[in-house]
Amino acid sequence: MSVAFHQRIQYALLDERLQQAVYAATGRLRDKRRGSIVPGQLPDYQELRTHAHHIKKHTMENLDYYLEVLARRVEERGGRVAWCRDAGEVQEVIGRLARERGIRLAVKSKSMTSEEVHLNEALERSGVEAVETDLGEFIIQLAGERPYHIVAPAMHKTRQQVADLFEAKLGVGRVEEIPRQTMIARVVLRKKFLEAGMGISGANFLVAESGAVVIVENEGNARLATSSPRIHVAVAGVEKVIPRAADLAVFLPLLGRSATGQPLTSYTSFLSGPRRAGELDGPDEFCLILVDNGRTRILADRGKRETLYCIRCGACLNTCPVYRRIGGYSYPGVYSGPIGAILTPQVLGLSHEPELPFASSLCGACAEVCPVKIDIPRILLELRGEVKKQEARDRRWGPEKLGFLVWAWLMRHPRLFELAGLAAQAMLSGPGDGRWIRSLPGPLKAWTASRDFPPPAARSFRQLWRRRVRTP
Amino acid sequence: MPAREHILHKIRTALGRSSGQPPGEAPPVRLRVPAAEAGERVRMLAERFNGTVSHAPSAADARDHVARLVDGRRAVACPSPLLERLGVFGLPGVEALPDGVDGVRAACAAAEVGITGAEYALADTGALVVIASGQESRLASMLPTVHITVLAADRVLTGLDELFTTVPDPAAFSSSMVLIGGPSKTADIEQILTLGVHGPREIHLVLV
Repeated sequence: MSVAFHQRIQYALLDERLQQAVYAATGRLRDKRRGSIVPGQLPDYQELRTHAHHIKKHTMENLDYYLEVLARRVEERGGRVAWCRDAGEVQEVIGRLARERGIRLAVKSKSMTSEEVHLNEALERSGVEAVETDLGEFIIQLAGERPYHIVAPAMHKTRQQVADLFEAKLGVGRVEEIPRQTMIARVVLRKKFLEAGMGISGANFLVAESGAVVIVENEGNARLATSSPRIHVAVAGVEKVIPRAADLAVFLPLLGRSATGQPLTSYTSFLSGPRRAGELDGPDEFCLILVDNGRTRILADRGKRETLYCIRCGACLNTCPVYRRIGGYSYPGVYSGPIGAILTPQVLGLSHEPELPFASSLCGACAEVCPVKIDIPRILLELRGEVKKQEARDRRWGPEKLGFLVWAWLMRHPRLFELAGLAAQAMLSGPGDGRWIRSLPGPLKAWTASRDFPPPAARSFRQLWRRRVRTP
Repeated sequence: MPAREHILHKIRTALGRSSGQPPGEAPPVRLRVPAAEAGERVRMLAERFNGTVSHAPSAADARDHVARLVDGRRAVACPSPLLERLGVFGLPGVEALPDGVDGVRAACAAAEVGITGAEYALADTGALVVIASGQESRLASMLPTVHITVLAADRVLTGLDELFTTVPDPAAFSSSMVLIGGPSKTADIEQILTLGVHGPREIHLVLV
């Protein structure tokens, strides 16, 4: 485990206030989701999940076809499409769009893809002020942080911390009431919406046959960012495409419920190209940025391809016993939780944080709640296998490897195994109080730093078996 | 190789597909439209709508409802035929949207109340379906703090499945179709619900 990864985890575990806040917030989201998918609310839930999985599978297996249809339709409707291989190309294209139009201010609605390509920093460098307008994103932008959670980016901030931030960064008096804080943000951001030359959004879905971008939100900041400025730029990973508008009847009920327990969010925008002739308002120009940034590499791996089915609902984070303890900032990369643990190694490379796929109990809760049925535990196991294979190739045999070699050898030698078992029993059961063992001596200490051992049984299985055979 | 060709090439290599190859068979469109009578639809919509619902048996009733909801405040109304027929523009405080994008934006930003029509409403989620056009603005339902929608009662659909059965491709009509499921809201600070974070704090539906 890298020192940084380890330290971030320890830091989160020691912060009691953070622990409580994240545990409570994820717990509420988890309960809302649960309540919204019960048979009385959504009788077709399992059928919808299966159908959503099949649609994603089909689209990914024919991705080149659907992307070409999508691009053609966007262009037919007067929009432009920019294909970007990596973060640098996204930054360059959007920077150029702003420069060519003399735009100095851009309003942004929530987009994990734009976080992934570090768009804000790049725009600032090229002299464009990029303002996050989702309240949570606005707060973490003021704090200079990254999203803590895919759906609730400022989940870890308290109203007092928000008050400090607003006071320091916005030059307003100290306000700790949440509704008033929200109104401060409204006033500050309203001005930005009306002045901005560019609106940058993400996309929850791209509808191929319509050439449309679909954005799901509650605040309305995405509607404003895509309607008020004269150019709308949508940044989306290539995997966001679905074939038909009608497929939204499958995905929208799953997304809202899985994310926040809502049958439908406050706003779902279905946007295709710039304002058309005769329409009252809307942008003059529309540009869709299609981002690869490692996605085609994931696509090439049949076993892990389904990572690309993700619709970024965050349900796996809210249910994950590990995320709920170590929080969003322990994870390397912008995507946290179980989905981050399989996405980040595939995008940034396994060597970026080789321990990440191991930071899971493989309990399977993530796969159970995933609305598109991504088998996250299986993919974690595959990634673990790859890490270990790489270690073997590099001939990096840590003490753990040695331990397992000894273990394997012992298991092949029954008498020695039994002797070792007796020795361990004698060493460990000391007072014989039957309590769990929390710490082992010597080099085994590292193993028990994050694991507890059950106490050895009074009699081993072999002893019991022999007795059973003797006295039928 | 240009980025477009490069990305498509990588995708085709990953999938073992060739350029111009037709796709495999797509999973069927899954749209289930439940049977529901008009009265049942309206009842369900009224129950699930995230705002007030006023029933207007006649055009005059509808106009009275709108007048009561506007309450003399500064309002803008979209030039929809339904709103014109109801005489909404003659009400105190209500102005028509000016011509031109900049004018529309400024008028909506200055108004306290935005009055729009809607194409449909969805009974199962209580959502409005607003399609941008020469009669319907995007910003009139976003910038003012109060949003009033007038809808003909026979435009209530059962839900998303019926919407996409009726309108298989919204892009064929408009650059923007938006489903409005409630007021603008956030729970980004300590998960405390706050209304009207960027857009309307209140939504009112007048069913004609």
